[in-house]
Amino acid sequence: MGTHSSSGTSLAGIETAWADLRNIVGAEHMRAATVEDSVDGVQPQMVIEPADADEIARVLKTATDAGLQVIPRGSGTKIEWGNPPRAAQLVLSTRRLNRMVEHAWGDMTATVGAGCTVRELQQTLAEHGQRLALDPLWPDRATIGGILASNDSGPLRFRFGSLRDLIIGITLALPDGTLAKSGGKVVKNVAGYDLPKLATGSLGTLGIITQAIFRLHPIPRENRTLSFSAQNAAAMNAFVLAILDSKLVPTGLQVRAGDSPGPEIDIRFEGTAAGCDAQAEQVARLASGLTAIPPPAEVWNARATLWNGTEPSVVCKFTLLPAILAGFLDRVREVTGHLSWKLVGQALGVGLLRMEGSDNSVLLRALLDLRQSPEKNGGSLAVLRCPREIKSQMDVWGSPGDALSLMRSIKSQFDPTRTLNPGRFIGGI
Amino acid sequence: MDAQILDQFRAIVGRGLISEPSQLHTYECDGLTNFRVMPLAVLLPKSTEEVQAIVRICNREKIPFVARGSGTGLSGGALPVENGVVISLARMNRILEVDLPNARVVAEPGVINAEVTARVAPHGYFYAPDPSSQSVCSIGGNVAENSGGAHCLKYGFTTTHVLALEVVLPDGSLVHLGSRAVDRPGYDLPGIFVGSEGTLGIATKVALRIVKKPEVIQTLLAAFNSTNEAGAAVSGIIGAGMLPAAIEMMDNLSIQAAEASVHAGYPNCGGLLLVELDGPAAEVEHLMEQVGEICTQCGAWEIRVAQTEAERAVVWKGRKAAFAAMGRISPNYIVQDGVIPRTALPKVLSEIERMSAEQGLKVANVFHAGDGNLHPLVLYDGRIPGQEQRAMELSINILRLCVKCGGSITGEHGVGEEKKMMMSEMFAEPDLETMQLVRCAFDPQQLSNPGKVFPRTRLCAERTGPYQPHPLEVAGVAQFF
Repeated sequence: MGTHSSSGTSLAGIETAWADLRNIVGAEHMRAATVEDSVDGVQPQMVIEPADADEIARVLKTATDAGLQVIPRGSGTKIEWGNPPRAAQLVLSTRRLNRMVEHAWGDMTATVGAGCTVRELQQTLAEHGQRLALDPLWPDRATIGGILASNDSGPLRFRFGSLRDLIIGITLALPDGTLAKSGGKVVKNVAGYDLPKLATGSLGTLGIITQAIFRLHPIPRENRTLSFSAQNAAAMNAFVLAILDSKLVPTGLQVRAGDSPGPEIDIRFEGTAAGCDAQAEQVARLASGLTAIPPPAEVWNARATLWNGTEPSVVCKFTLLPAILAGFLDRVREVTGHLSWKLVGQALGVGLLRMEGSDNSVLLRALLDLRQSPEKNGGSLAVLRCPREIKSQMDVWGSPGDALSLMRSIKSQFDPTRTLNPGRFIGGI
Repeated sequence: MDAQILDQFRAIVGRGLISEPSQLHTYECDGLTNFRVMPLAVLLPKSTEEVQAIVRICNREKIPFVARGSGTGLSGGALPVENGVVISLARMNRILEVDLPNARVVAEPGVINAEVTARVAPHGYFYAPDPSSQSVCSIGGNVAENSGGAHCLKYGFTTTHVLALEVVLPDGSLVHLGSRAVDRPGYDLPGIFVGSEGTLGIATKVALRIVKKPEVIQTLLAAFNSTNEAGAAVSGIIGAGMLPAAIEMMDNLSIQAAEASVHAGYPNCGGLLLVELDGPAAEVEHLMEQVGEICTQCGAWEIRVAQTEAERAVVWKGRKAAFAAMGRISPNYIVQDGVIPRTALPKVLSEIERMSAEQGLKVANVFHAGDGNLHPLVLYDGRIPGQEQRAMELSINILRLCVKCGGSITGEHGVGEEKKMMMSEMFAEPDLETMQLVRCAFDPQQLSNPGKVFPRTRLCAERTGPYQPHPLEVAGVAQFF
């Protein structure tokens, strides 16, 4: 045996593996990785772009057999999410699987390749007045596989649920080269285990999603957005709970807050003009004590603004019960002290928080402190972006609870060689 | 069963142990009565700790166990297994917490589905999944089967409404899956547990999401000359961009049965449509007019709109009683649960008609038309030799037809014992093997409801990978077919 790399694969073995991989996809679809391809400072050696699910399966099997660690990637918009990988030799891009396979508009379902961007999908669906009722970050670049792996969702989930509620079928390529389908093309289906849900939010640690099938919704005829400014967090929360306890059916109920005064609330209705107008009137009655303000431009894309600003910064995703939103906001205000911060939350209890500050130890302390109250109350705080120094001192996902050993068992059944994204998921999975 | 083990079980559940053969008969089947197996014993624990203690003994002694709720399942999911015990959760029937501001309810598995709604209705909330058996079926059973109901077209299934679970794993350990807030980091364990048909462990607490009652609910009943006309109306409604709370269809045979049984006052027609819209009053009124117009254009010759709770109850009565009503027009029947892409409806119905004529058996059709979930009821007379066999063949062939059209063998009843062989017609071997990786992670000894859902059991290895003969195969102890 010759020299070994850190993963235990001999250098000669790696050279053979590269040659085998090149044979599978063709030399023009494999290249040396650059620093742009690194993940949290871990530098892969190669980037490969298979043409289809079969090639992905063969690439994965070859990589697994050769002991290579693989980072699956769509367009890389969220590649920084997660713990740093323990090792990464090969970036496997799904970009060539960018085909819209089928839009069964009469059945309101769509089958789409993992590499298709959200915008491309929505444009095709719109031709028949339909949409995937999901508004993830960066739709012009984010791929279907990427949003599924990272379980990203925006304000529309208030009414339509998140990806777990919209996905009805999936094809997964496993590290041993198996291509497996689960679910199907019908909305109602309980045949077998629900692997589409298991894969959603699994950060590519179980298999590579090659194709997904979604249920669709009609594009609404009309919509109305109203925005209000509240004196304080308590007034904001009272209004939000009043809306939740009313018979109104918004398709978005959003809270925006920051170190500048007063939280703001946005509410959106979709449907018929009469329905929207009637509901907007009722909102106005519930909003006594709040000040109506003109909705800011791109208000339903406010989440995206949290990713821009002064660095260094941290961006985290919090989840909590809706009734403690005000308590959380107050806590953020206390903990952040002199830090600059900004928050966009969906009223059902999920949101993003950005904090800026030049002192990593202050940011880390704020994060660990802030994580306590959601975790005590059935919620969570996961760090999506932060300086590398902070990442090395915490599990970005937070406490895994008592199901961690079960999650590890699932991982070891699907990926016994820990080929896929090793270490990036919760508890170092 | 070994007397010592029985004593150990008795020490845990006291009088909640049934081992007298005469009493065990109650538990030998679920709602699918043509499969029967006598369990060795039935245990009725009252707490999570008791469930854990029972399962620990089962794990130690390698005794397979089957969890059971109210036993209303229609696929044999709660059918006991040979040399196994049944763990009935019927005595764990408390609603533990109602948290209205966050719209959450925490229930024990034996709580009856309709009780959840009854508890929160005074505050204007309801629990959305509404299987037709909701007045008797349990939340634990709903979790196992991922139960749906007429309103899941708009509101989703049990899995949409289960946020967190406390589960006793098949080795007796206790874990908490999911959280009361959404999106708990980590794998979506509630997502994989709900609908796993009791094969991954036993849920002992369930955190549910409840939903605010809509401002208004209106139900339209429309009579057509044929199911094809009614089907065209369904397409028209969906095509107009509406998402009704429910769209149900019945054919003439099922209307006759419902009339004979509960006198719902349905028009005698070839295809009956129930369309329920709910939401803000201004919206519903406007859209209901449009639904009426679409139905008329598609040939509806009678349209009624039920607006009050009482009127709606009457309209729904016949539909909800449709399965049981078949007893009025046929001595025996088989209920199926296939799903098809909705647009395949006319083709599938005419094919069912052809197949039914070929076998000389009648098929009544009741469906959740909005989501393509068919419930063909194959009618037969068990006293006539050969009829039961032909009825079973026909119902299996109907499922094959559903799969051929891109659908599923089950929309809400589950695979259970009944349809496990059909799984191979819907999924390829690698698909089924991959699903069973989950089973191996939760239940490597395969003690929790073994032999259900999958046509063949995967032997759980520590590692997966390219096919290698299992040591048991090499030793001649087991074989794969």
